[in-house]
Amino acid sequence: MAFRFPNLRRGFAIARVLLSVYYAYMVEYRAELMFWVLSGTFPLIFMGLWAKAAEGGQFALDSATFIRYFLAVFWVRQLTVVWVVWEFEREVNEGKLSPFLLQPIDPVWRHFFSHVSERFARLPFIAVLVGLFLWLYPQAAGLPSPGQFILGLIATALAFCLRFIIQYTFAMMAFWTERASAIEQFWYLIYTFLSGMIAPLAVFPEAVQKVVLWTPFPYLIYVPANILIGQPTDMLQGLLAMVGWGLLFLALNRWLWRQGLRQYSGMGA
Amino acid sequence: MQRYWRVLKLFWSTAIAAELEYRLNFVIAAVSSLGGLIGSLFGLFLFYRTGYEFPGWSWEEALVVLGAFTMLQGFSATVLAPNLNRIVRQVEQGTLDFVLLKPISSQFWLSTRTFSPWGLPDLIFGLIMIAYAGTRLGLHPAAYGLGIPPLLFGFISLYSLWFMLGATSIWFVKIYNVTEVLRGLLEAGRFPIGAYPVAYRIFFTFVIPVAFLTTVPAQAMLGQGHWGWLLGAAGLSLLLLQLSRWFWQFALLFYTSASS
Repeated sequence: MAFRFPNLRRGFAIARVLLSVYYAYMVEYRAELMFWVLSGTFPLIFMGLWAKAAEGGQFALDSATFIRYFLAVFWVRQLTVVWVVWEFEREVNEGKLSPFLLQPIDPVWRHFFSHVSERFARLPFIAVLVGLFLWLYPQAAGLPSPGQFILGLIATALAFCLRFIIQYTFAMMAFWTERASAIEQFWYLIYTFLSGMIAPLAVFPEAVQKVVLWTPFPYLIYVPANILIGQPTDMLQGLLAMVGWGLLFLALNRWLWRQGLRQYSGMGA
Repeated sequence: MQRYWRVLKLFWSTAIAAELEYRLNFVIAAVSSLGGLIGSLFGLFLFYRTGYEFPGWSWEEALVVLGAFTMLQGFSATVLAPNLNRIVRQVEQGTLDFVLLKPISSQFWLSTRTFSPWGLPDLIFGLIMIAYAGTRLGLHPAAYGLGIPPLLFGFISLYSLWFMLGATSIWFVKIYNVTEVLRGLLEAGRFPIGAYPVAYRIFFTFVIPVAFLTTVPAQAMLGQGHWGWLLGAAGLSLLLLQLSRWFWQFALLFYTSASS
């Protein structure tokens, strides 16, 4: 069965092997990785804007909170980067999916663990950048309490899973179209503006806030970031929304996967 | 010179003919740019919603900057990204050899080979935004003309920076993403440079000259331009262009092709 391992111990063994293999692979391309980290400076740009704006205008948060919020956004964003749709699209278009289908493990796990292990390879670069900004803005320094930090990490992990499932669902469209990544690109556009990357939801107009909270977007960035910096957050609602959206996309994903495999002809096979 | 014009026409007419095969893509691109536009406006609105203003920039004036940024985005999607992001692949696969053998400047070939109409919606939306804000501000028609030279200087500066980054692939081969860093930083051009804290302003003026790409053209249009900035933009673009040429010549000394 698809997303489940036959038995737990074998599952752990497979996970450990995949993790270490992909970690070694990712560390090999350190320079490339560093550039990917640096290309995610978007929240840091908005941090400057909001920090300055909060000094002059009337906003829901003060300057230091804005800085802490955007540093948390940067952190969450880096740890939830997903690119599975591009890889999957290439595998389908070039027929490289075929050999993976023969293996006694669902191909999704390769993608999943390559993403997870990349997080560990990425960590040092993120830490350096966050450190640099804490040094530039000492008033924002102040590490989250251990409880907050653990809750924040759990929320980040959940956000990563949700984002992965959603993107992997888009990737399924590769069975029918050659450019499944176009869907992701369009989704990403909305994600940029509604996930809290350009501003915390607290400064959105009330009506927009209410609507956005029904979509999956704020749970991908805003909610985990808020938990990390210890802003009051409705955790139960956040958790329910993440799990709900996750299950919805998971069901859709498995259905598309089964339909898609029938459709799949395997280029060159 | 005439030969280059002829070649350019051939390049772009074939490129457009090829792209027109994918008409649906154009619709997708147009819808995406519209979405991006709405998002950008929303982002700007969040700042102005409560009565705050970027120091020295009214809502309409900030729209002009956003318009210039949208046009810049369109320009990079039509010309820069499709061409310059390919340099990496040419080096990796060794097909750069064929380019070097042609009796034409290799930098010219690499920089102009294709043209992607995908960015045109952005160029148009940017123009509309500037025209709308300009009308609201009661700008004289001639004022728009004043914005054109600095906008062109901005295009040239951006091209030169992007090209130099692409050229580093001669040494590092696999750096598809180094231009993504530049692109990420360019996002700062959405807003007038005065909206940033001092450290950011210094960085975006002297390290990555984002200020010259969108704020300076907008100021020229709004009649707030200073000759110093305009001269700076001109000097910077020419300097960067010349640097990119030298850099390419220098980089080619280290090119060893893919299999030798």
